[in-house]
Formats: sequence, C-alpha cells, structure tokens
Amino acid sequence: MKKIFSILLTIFIPLSFTNVSKAGSHMEAEVIHWWTSGGEQAAISEFAKAWEEMGNTWIDTAITGGDNARGTTVNRIIGGNPPTAAQFNVSKQFVDLVEQGLLQSLEEVASAEGWRDFIYPPELIETCEFEGEFYCVPVNIHSWQWMWINNDVYKQVGLPVPQTFEEFLAGAPKIQEAGIIPLALGGQGWQESGMFDVVASSIMGFPLMQSIYRDKDLDAFRDGRFESVLNTYRELNQFTDEGSPGRLWNDTTAMVIEGKAAMQVMGDWARGEFAVAGQEAMVDYSCVIPGKEKYVALGGDVFVFPKNDDPKVKDAQLAMASMMVNPTVQAKFNNAKGSLPMRLDVDTSAADACMQMGLDLIQNPDAIMRESDDWNTPAFTAAWGDIISEFRNDPNYTVAQVMDDLEGVLTSGL
Amino acid sequence: MPFYRNIAAKIALLPMIVISLTVFVGCIIYSFVYSLTNSKLVPVMNYVGFDQYERLFKQRKWDVAVENIFIYGFVFTIGCLIIGFLLAVLIDQKIRGESLFRTIFLYPYAMSFVVTGLVWKWVLNPTFGLENSMHMWGMTWFELDWLVNRDLAIYAVCIAAVWQGAGFVMVLMLAGLRGIDEDIWKSLSIEGVAKWKSYIFVILPMLRPMVVTAIVLIAAGVVKVYDLILALTSGGPGYATTTPAMYVMENFFSRANLGQAFAASIIMFISVVCILAPWAFYEFYLRNKYANN
Repeated sequence: MKKIFSILLTIFIPLSFTNVSKAGSHMEAEVIHWWTSGGEQAAISEFAKAWEEMGNTWIDTAITGGDNARGTTVNRIIGGNPPTAAQFNVSKQFVDLVEQGLLQSLEEVASAEGWRDFIYPPELIETCEFEGEFYCVPVNIHSWQWMWINNDVYKQVGLPVPQTFEEFLAGAPKIQEAGIIPLALGGQGWQESGMFDVVASSIMGFPLMQSIYRDKDLDAFRDGRFESVLNTYRELNQFTDEGSPGRLWNDTTAMVIEGKAAMQVMGDWARGEFAVAGQEAMVDYSCVIPGKEKYVALGGDVFVFPKNDDPKVKDAQLAMASMMVNPTVQAKFNNAKGSLPMRLDVDTSAADACMQMGLDLIQNPDAIMRESDDWNTPAFTAAWGDIISEFRNDPNYTVAQVMDDLEGVLTSGL
Repeated sequence: MPFYRNIAAKIALLPMIVISLTVFVGCIIYSFVYSLTNSKLVPVMNYVGFDQYERLFKQRKWDVAVENIFIYGFVFTIGCLIIGFLLAVLIDQKIRGESLFRTIFLYPYAMSFVVTGLVWKWVLNPTFGLENSMHMWGMTWFELDWLVNRDLAIYAVCIAAVWQGAGFVMVLMLAGLRGIDEDIWKSLSIEGVAKWKSYIFVILPMLRPMVVTAIVLIAAGVVKVYDLILALTSGGPGYATTTPAMYVMENFFSRANLGQAFAASIIMFISVVCILAPWAFYEFYLRNKYANN
C-alpha cells in the first residue's frame, strides 16, 4: 500500500509542479474553424504557428463546412462549453450572440493597439463594433466579384477576353458551337446566388444594390433595373451544362482550368485552384472584375471569442486577438489563403497579378462593395437565395413572379 | 390490476419512462413553446404568436417539401413492397444458389443511405454516369437526366431508396413464405389454382403480419429521410427535392432561424400523429378488443 502511494506521489507531484510553473505564461486555446482544404489549412496553420511561437498550445477543431462549424460553435456556447475562439463570416451571423452577451468584448486590446486606425477598409470595423466595443477580429477579405476565364478557349474561337457580362453573352454562342461549355456553374444554392449578386452589382451598380439590400427601398427595387438583372441572369443560364446541379465549386473551376468550359464566376478563393494546377495569372487564365464600374466585395472571415468564466481564458483570447491582427502574421496568413489582408501596411510582395488587381482596387473607397449578408440575417439571405436558385432551375418561374416573391422577402422583416 | 403487481418490472422500467417523458415529451413542449417566438440564432422568449406558422405556410419551399414527402412516401413504400414481394416469390421457387441471391439482394440494405446516395449520384449524373457511358458506346439516343431534371429528380431519389429497401422487404416476405404450411400448397395444386393466383389471393393475405411490419418499418424511414437526399441531390436542382426534415435542419443550423425550424418540426410531428394515430388505434386497440370478444 505504501509503495503504491509513493508511486502515485512520484507521478503526481511533478505533474502538479509543471502545471503551476506554466500557469503564468502558458495559454491554451481551442479554435473552431472550417478551413479544411489544402490552401485553407496552410493558412490556419500560420495562425497556429504564430500562437505556438508565443509558447502557447493551439487545439485545432476543424469542422468541414461553414454551416456545421457555426452550428457546433453555437451549440457549445449554449451548452456551456465554449471554445476559446470560433470562425464566422464577415456578416450578421453572430449578432445574436453579441446581443445575448455571449461574446467577449475585445475593446481592451482594440483601443490599446489602435485597431480603429489601421483596420482597412473601415467597413470592417462596422461589422465588428457593437455599441462602441469590438466583438470580433476581421482576418481577411474575400471578394466574389471575379470572372475566371480560360484564355486558350477564347484564343481558339478568335474572340477577345470579355470584360462584361454583355460581352460574354455576345461571344457565348460561338463558344458553344466550338463544343465548349461557355459558363461553368456549380448548381448549389450558394454558388447560384453568389453569381447572381455579381451579375447584379456589375449591371445595376452598388448604390442601387445598397438601397435594395440594405434600405429595402421598394421603389428602387421596382424601377426596372432589377428586372433586367434577372433577365441577364436567365440568359447566362442558357449557357451552362446539364451536369451543373449539385456540382462543387472546385470541380467547376477544374472545368475552366482543363478548357472544358470558358468561364466561371466565383470568389477569389478560386485562384488557389489555378495556382495548384500550375497556371499563371493573365497568361493561362484571366481574372476579370466584370462591369464598367469595378468593385471589391467585402466578404471574408472573422474570429469571435465566446465569454468564459475562467479569467485565464480571457487572457488567452485577448492575446490571440492581438496576434491575429499583427502585420507579420497577417502577411503570412493571407499569402497562404490567397485573400486580401485587413490592413494596408502588410507586405504583399508575393501577390500575383490577380491579387494585385484586388489590392489596387481596394485602396479606392468608392470601389468597396458590401454584400447582402452585411446587412441582413442568414434567414433573409437564405430565403432570398432560395428564390434565386429556384429562378435559375425552373424555367416556368417568371420574372414577374420572382419579383413578387423577392418583394415578399424584402418586406418580411426577417 | 394492483399497483404492486410486477413491482420489480415497473421499477426497472422507471428510468425509461422518465427519459421518454423528459426527452421526448419535454422536447416537444419546448419546441412548441419556442415555435411561438421569433428566436433566431439562440432561443429567446420573445412571443410572436403564430407568425412562424403563417410564414411557414407561405413558403413555396415548404409546399415543395411536403409534396415531395408524399411522392417519396408513396413510391418508396409501394415500390419496396412490390419489388420485395416479387423477389421473395422468385427466390421461393426453390432455385439454385438461393443464399447467393438473397445476399446480393439484401446487400444494399447493409449500406448507409449516404453511400447509396453517392453511388446513385454517380450513376445518374448525365455528364459522367450511365448516360455518358451509353453515349460512348454509340447509343446517343439514350437519355437519363432524372437527377438534373427538376420534375423527375424526386423519382431518382425514390429509385435509389427502393434499390436499398427492397431487399429488406424481400427477406421479411421470404420468412413469411417459408412459414406457409406445405399442405396449403398441396391443396391449392389439387384444386388446380394457377400459381400466380394462389400467390396473390391466398398467400398474400396470409402474409398480412409481414406486410404490416414492412409498412411500419418503411414508413418510419420515410418521415425521417434526410441523409439519402442530402448525399444524392442536396435538395436540388434548386430546391426541387427538398423535404420537411431538410427544411427543419436548414433553419436550425445554416439559417439561424430557430423559431421557423421549431414551427416546421411541430407541423411534422402533428402530421405524423394524424397519420399514425387512427392506424395505431385500430391495430393495437380495436383489433385486440374484437379478438378478445
């Protein structure tokens, strides 16, 4: 008996000492995120590396799919077992959590480090600020506003690379005759409505979009320009292939890379697929921001830090928030991710031609575009997206009917 | 019956009773209460009356979902019963290699719906599935676009489901067929009744318990169908193959619209009760009563 006791002592005493000695500086953080593809994992591991270089432990909880990851985060917060940090999109997704007082305010570190002075563009501050306090850390900017075009296809049919949707539509029949799919589109709801918003902004411009999506201005909605967007969208959809329904975005990008399709409308994360395939921007493929007025949309990711009773967790949260906005970490993270950094003083020398276009454009405040989910709840954007998706898939769903149904969503108060 | 009779059994059942009361009944009440609120991402007690139900019934998507569950339920149940019974009858003809065929037909049932969904997704995909293969073999007239055709996509789901479920019904029916007394067959052949007639008019009515069991098991699968459709079509094209269960899950998780999800699940619950209650009443109460009298 004595022997067992002494063995136990020899095991536990050193353990308890190490715990005490580490408590001062060592911090542990569990991070929930949905970055599971190759490029995404490289990006999140830049955060993990920086965190571990500070002498801390990073517990990685990667969950496939943004919906699942966000669902897990909310469930765990409500269940009383919150993670240290969790990923959300630049949007209204986490507003309820702030309003219920479930998130840690980051104001302490934000005002000490002067976040309001360097976070760019300032619209990102609006996303994170509630009643004068910071509740999230923006980490990157992703824009949907891109057409990805296979240059060879256009060379082959003898057409210039289109710069607008009108030009694309004019050339599409000729591409179809050559046996190539003009428009590669993955028929999943988010891809369909994502492309719709790109068509909408490039045809009717951001100010009008803002008065519809943000102000719910029914006169602006009914002034005829939105209908022309719907018509263009329907025209574009004649040029997709029948394998479209349910296809993943990266499989769709692969069609453009292989030359089976001419063009895809997709966010700037598609660039990673071209890079992996060994293609060079503007040589093998073109990235075009469609429309006469070009915009960069402010999509992207943020991290929030759920409140925890343990004061040590709060220290870890503030330290991590400060680490995420650090310019060196930002440079490494965004180069791996292929997104734009959330501050201008970051080293972007590794940027390719497409990323450079985005970097140049974002410096012009007029070119910065917000997305519907910056103003609207997930319930609203999803209800809206349902109608757009149904409009694309059901040829009997008339423009007039769609206008009525969309008006129903606008006035629903969702 | 006095309370203390079988007291040990009653005590042993107590945990189960407590769990079903708190978990099932409790959750149903909880869902109903919160379906009367405008809860979004987190449940909040913000009473809005029956607004969520009103909104639910205005949704085109919900109509499609309800229609789909009826189509799916009907085709899947009937399809499984007919094909399962036919397979059982064929196997019952004392064929060679019976156990091999039985294994082959039952095998799909051992797979998860997710696997079934993915397999059929590849088979039915027009650009690289069966249609593409047929085109490559020179049969360019061949067309199989069910999965991407919004009017037919739900039937493609039914095909996959029947493929998986029919083998299970076959085994149930086969067990029933094996339980039929040889003498009945002998008397039928003495009377000179055609084989197909004896199966349909004599044997099938004798298999009633098997048919009822099969229907109950299949029907339970119909209401909760979710994984198969998610793997096969993800509710698409558009939302042409969405179901009530998917509608609920969507609103729970991705759409952060708890109130709406609760309302939809309560409606699902009520409709299941409406369909099952009369049948259960008949099956477990009335029949026993008549049998006892």
